[in-house]
Amino acid sequence: MKVDRRRFLQGTAAAAAAGAFSSPAWAADDPIGVASVHDLSGGLDIYGKPMVDALTLAVEEANAAGGLLGRQIKLINYDTQSNMQLYTQFAQQAALKDKVAVVHGGITSASREVIRPVLDRFKTLYFYNTQYEGGVCDRNQFDTGVTPAQTVEKLVPYAMKKWGKKVYVIAADYNYGQITSQWVKKYVTENGGEVPSIDFFPLDVTNFGPTISKIQAAKPDFVWSALVGGAHISFYRQWAAAGMRKSIPMASTTFAVGNEHIVLSPDECNGMLICYNYFQDLKNPVNAAFVAAFQKRFGADYPNITELAMGTYQGFRLWAEAVKKAGSVDRLKVIEALETGISIDAPSGKVTIDPPTHHCVLDVHIAEVNDKKLKVLEDFAQQKPADTAAVCDLIKNPTDNQQYVIKI
Amino acid sequence: MVNVDLVILLAIQVLYAIASLALISVGLAIIFGMMRVINLAHGEFLMLGGYAAIVATSYGVNIWISMLVVAPVVVGIIGIIVERTIIRFLYGRMIDTMLATWGLSLFLVGLTTAIFGNTTVGISAPLGSFQIGAYRTSGYTLFVIAVAVVVMFGIFVVLRGTRLGLIARGTMQNANMAAALGVNPPRVYAVTFGIGAALSGLAGAVLAPVSGVFPTIGVAYVAKSFITVIGGGAAILSGTVSASTLFGTINQLATFATTPVFGEVALLAAAIVLIRLLPQGITGRFFRRGL
Repeated sequence: MKVDRRRFLQGTAAAAAAGAFSSPAWAADDPIGVASVHDLSGGLDIYGKPMVDALTLAVEEANAAGGLLGRQIKLINYDTQSNMQLYTQFAQQAALKDKVAVVHGGITSASREVIRPVLDRFKTLYFYNTQYEGGVCDRNQFDTGVTPAQTVEKLVPYAMKKWGKKVYVIAADYNYGQITSQWVKKYVTENGGEVPSIDFFPLDVTNFGPTISKIQAAKPDFVWSALVGGAHISFYRQWAAAGMRKSIPMASTTFAVGNEHIVLSPDECNGMLICYNYFQDLKNPVNAAFVAAFQKRFGADYPNITELAMGTYQGFRLWAEAVKKAGSVDRLKVIEALETGISIDAPSGKVTIDPPTHHCVLDVHIAEVNDKKLKVLEDFAQQKPADTAAVCDLIKNPTDNQQYVIKI
Repeated sequence: MVNVDLVILLAIQVLYAIASLALISVGLAIIFGMMRVINLAHGEFLMLGGYAAIVATSYGVNIWISMLVVAPVVVGIIGIIVERTIIRFLYGRMIDTMLATWGLSLFLVGLTTAIFGNTTVGISAPLGSFQIGAYRTSGYTLFVIAVAVVVMFGIFVVLRGTRLGLIARGTMQNANMAAALGVNPPRVYAVTFGIGAALSGLAGAVLAPVSGVFPTIGVAYVAKSFITVIGGGAAILSGTVSASTLFGTINQLATFATTPVFGEVALLAAAIVLIRLLPQGITGRFFRRGL
């Protein structure tokens, strides 16, 4: 091939441009990219904002302590606006354009299932930090949130002992609500109770009048809510307005995760039972220091540090710990370091990666909503992700890649 | 065995569904029926009514006054401003008004998001609850039904009994003829648009304690109100009432029998069948002499 001057210049220009774009990603003293893909607007922002705040604090703390492997960490924020299409787009951008070392994000299970294949394809490590329905088995993904075997399994017998055996379930109409409600039914049945009905609601439903009549006609001992998002808050309002809060109590796997207990008046939600990994009022020195740092950064009037915010904070800390151990941000090396069963002393207690499932072993607590506060009633130390563990072993089958769904 | 208490409770729920459909649709019906303007920002007028009531209440205004007075006045004024600055240049250009009001809808959503944030705010429903046999329901439900009845009756009296109503009906039937007889159609349009907006604001405020308010809540209302208005046909009052009755009953009974998803499906299916059988809406065939 004849190389004339023009062709030569084109070739060298292209090579220089390619060098200019690709080399910084590998330069040792450049910052490590960490992507945050969360809904900061739209109906799911009640969950997303605290998560991003917690991630911001975690990154700032790590940078103040000298960064990771001598490099600073750069947090790249994407607002997915409660829109599933943007999840695909931003996950691709994070993986291909920003070439980040890890993506933290996804709130609803629907959004997680959008991101997961994208990040698998582009070989970018993924942390999903939300409490969810369990069962995801994917070597590229780590799940720092609690799953039904850790929470529902504890809360169902507690609530049944307190209130009775007949449980009416209402849930959001997508994979989270559908699978979680099956877990509730399973544990209720195992504890000798019955579930007369499970009702599902799309995320934009605001009129719950007929459902409230239906629940009254079914006469349950208590109601289990797995409702999600801003529109569903009106269920609790209408429930209280119908005078039902005092006659039929309620337990939930989602309430207070979006600070619903602060949005609603005490009269609309006092007495509700919930079960999560983290509550702001947990008494331990790590948490005291964390809450002080958080309030120093975001203001002492910050309404409440949520379960999901703590999941995100702990997710970042686990990843950072693994990077230190691996001595690299390379995806496989970090996964291998995480699979040694890395453990941190987090504000919620000790959190350890469970190698076969990529989920976490952690403490959970049952709490009661009381005058805009969450009062912790009972603690359960170091709960294993038994639901996912029953179906998923990534050490034996590292190529397994699916979400297992409970069969009843 | 038929459970009498449950039947009464269900009847109240059905009435409530009819009342709330009629309330959210009547403002749109007035604007569409009188002026042939397809107001795609209708849902945002409802949303603004909700915010007006909640903000006024949080500043210490009595909740009834903020819902029944402040919200309609505020949204009515916004409606008149919108008519004077945007809509009046676009009469007779249906596609352009749709585009303009859609833009307005996006603008209002953005503006309220910037001011109030994208979170759900709300006020607790007043009036407590009452007992029907073994069942309980919210007293506020009855209040919403009462407001709907009063609004419908008020529209009837104004349209049938007052000079304003006569002028409005005349302008609606034939604007040129009304103008030839000395009526000023632009002014009638501005007032009508303002009244339509005010009624939307009232509806949004009255429903705010039930559903809460967030900047994009208009989306949840706008489709239902359009279906009701199209299903009702040309006559404002009898159209709104008859379509609300039909759709509200179907929606609520289907929801009770199955789930809210099928309730919505049943409503939409009923609307499709209705429009297929009666392309001019209910009042295109029945109650033709109605208002």
